[in-house]
Amino acid sequence: MTSLVIAEHNNASIRPATLNTVTAAAQCGGDVHVLVAGLNAAAAAQEAAQIAGVSKVILVEGEAFAHGLAENVAAQVIAIAGSYSHILFPATASGKNIAPRVAALLDVAQISDITKVDAADTFERPIYAGNAIAIVQSLDATKVITVRTTGFDAAAATGGSASVETLAGVADSGKSSFVGAEIAKSDRPELTAAKIIVSGGRALGSSEQFHAVLEPLADKLGAALGASRAAVDAGYAPNDWQVGQTGKIVAPQLYIAVGISGAIQHLAGMKDSKVIVAINKDAEAPIFGVADYGLEADLFDAVPELVAAL
Amino acid sequence: MKVLVPVKRVVDYNVKVRVKSDASGVDIANVKMSMNPFDEIAIEEAVRLKEKGVATEIIAVSCGVLQCQETLRTAMAIGADRAILVETAEELQPLAVAKLLKALVDKEQPQLVILGKQAIDDDCNQTGQMLAALLGWPQATFASKVDVADGKAVVTREVDGGLETLAITLPAIITTDLRLNEPRYVTLPNIMKAKKKPLENVKPADLGVDVAPRIKTLKVSEPAKRSAGIKVADVAALVDKLKNEAKVI
Repeated sequence: MTSLVIAEHNNASIRPATLNTVTAAAQCGGDVHVLVAGLNAAAAAQEAAQIAGVSKVILVEGEAFAHGLAENVAAQVIAIAGSYSHILFPATASGKNIAPRVAALLDVAQISDITKVDAADTFERPIYAGNAIAIVQSLDATKVITVRTTGFDAAAATGGSASVETLAGVADSGKSSFVGAEIAKSDRPELTAAKIIVSGGRALGSSEQFHAVLEPLADKLGAALGASRAAVDAGYAPNDWQVGQTGKIVAPQLYIAVGISGAIQHLAGMKDSKVIVAINKDAEAPIFGVADYGLEADLFDAVPELVAAL
Repeated sequence: MKVLVPVKRVVDYNVKVRVKSDASGVDIANVKMSMNPFDEIAIEEAVRLKEKGVATEIIAVSCGVLQCQETLRTAMAIGADRAILVETAEELQPLAVAKLLKALVDKEQPQLVILGKQAIDDDCNQTGQMLAALLGWPQATFASKVDVADGKAVVTREVDGGLETLAITLPAIITTDLRLNEPRYVTLPNIMKAKKKPLENVKPADLGVDVAPRIKTLKVSEPAKRSAGIKVADVAALVDKLKNEAKVI
């Protein structure tokens, strides 16, 4: 029994979500191999080879993999899928995009967003925005899985010494092409990997105020910035900051919810945080129901005061 | 150009579901059901393509129990021209739905299938990608902007870290994210009109598809409850708690 983890990387280095996925793969039992499909991705493959618990890295390079197009990456996974009992992707935008394609080509079900491995064929996953937890058993020979990174500790990034095998890649499908990307450059930590997150809601009132009020706090704490769906829909914050059922799932050490009422869809994305702080002037806001520390106050007074006190 | 839009009947997003006492699932008897919000966005996008003269016919499809007809009527009230219900009382998992949809695509020959990126009940986020794989079509998932012209779709996608734009050749699959559009309100005259639009009923067996589940649900339980903590009086008390009690800063 061997598991294959599809690495998430930017060619130069491995993204942290890969480490949590390796942990889940190891819990499925057997060896763990990692596929790095990219362009000029030897550095990422070397990094993958050092992850504790990985016994082999497969490096596949080509123009077809430069932008992680689902058609090409899925075809590549299928080309090497034969010997694996489990194929795991992190449940990131990229993993969610590719994994179901792999599952359908193998004619097997996909198990989405697992938070726990109970046995090699039995997994736990949240459903209904995390309002219920299902224990499910796969009846297929090959298990195609996406891993909710907050459910598993990160494997140690160093300490391993896997071999790196280079394979020729599959051809480009010719049916899709990359046009461009607008990826925000930021010195802040990545939202899903941050230890502290400062998150804002509609009560911030405008994009200008969202940034003016929350950025000093995030700077002071070295925190990532997040937002509720209402704040993103209102245009106060970019879409990739959205925390919730259909956005990012986070579990930092400290989550500070500022002016967020706490809809169930938002709670689904952050209720596994270690410590939750809520700052809201509405005493009845549902966010207080999950907060360890609630401060009932006007955020426009409380946040600057908090920045000054830190 | 025909556009096919699959829609799912799900527990309304405002309903907080309860786990059944025998741990076999969640209780959906007597709760409000609605169209999956992402599918509403998918129908709206198809209707906008028709209004622009890009699409000529919109076919809404739903797979499930007879009551899915209501969801299909809603889709037709938004602007779908006709509807197909694949009726079954069996539990349908994403792979089975993708196979049913493939059979319908083979029959109807649409150039575009627009689906919601995920259903808010099982939160799977699979069906569109699976359908694309079964058809050998390209896909653009989590779309926030769609332009269709000259046999291609140029799609902006919401990805981790920002936005990405892809060009895919038709026929193709698109799945919708929240910011793609804001679905229109259905008006009473359109609800009345939708009642007269054709709604065809087929069974999985008619399509030659085996829908047997591949995943068995062993148990469904309530998540660990997070209890409410305390209210602090002021900012100073908050900082003190974070530093000395929680020790997180």
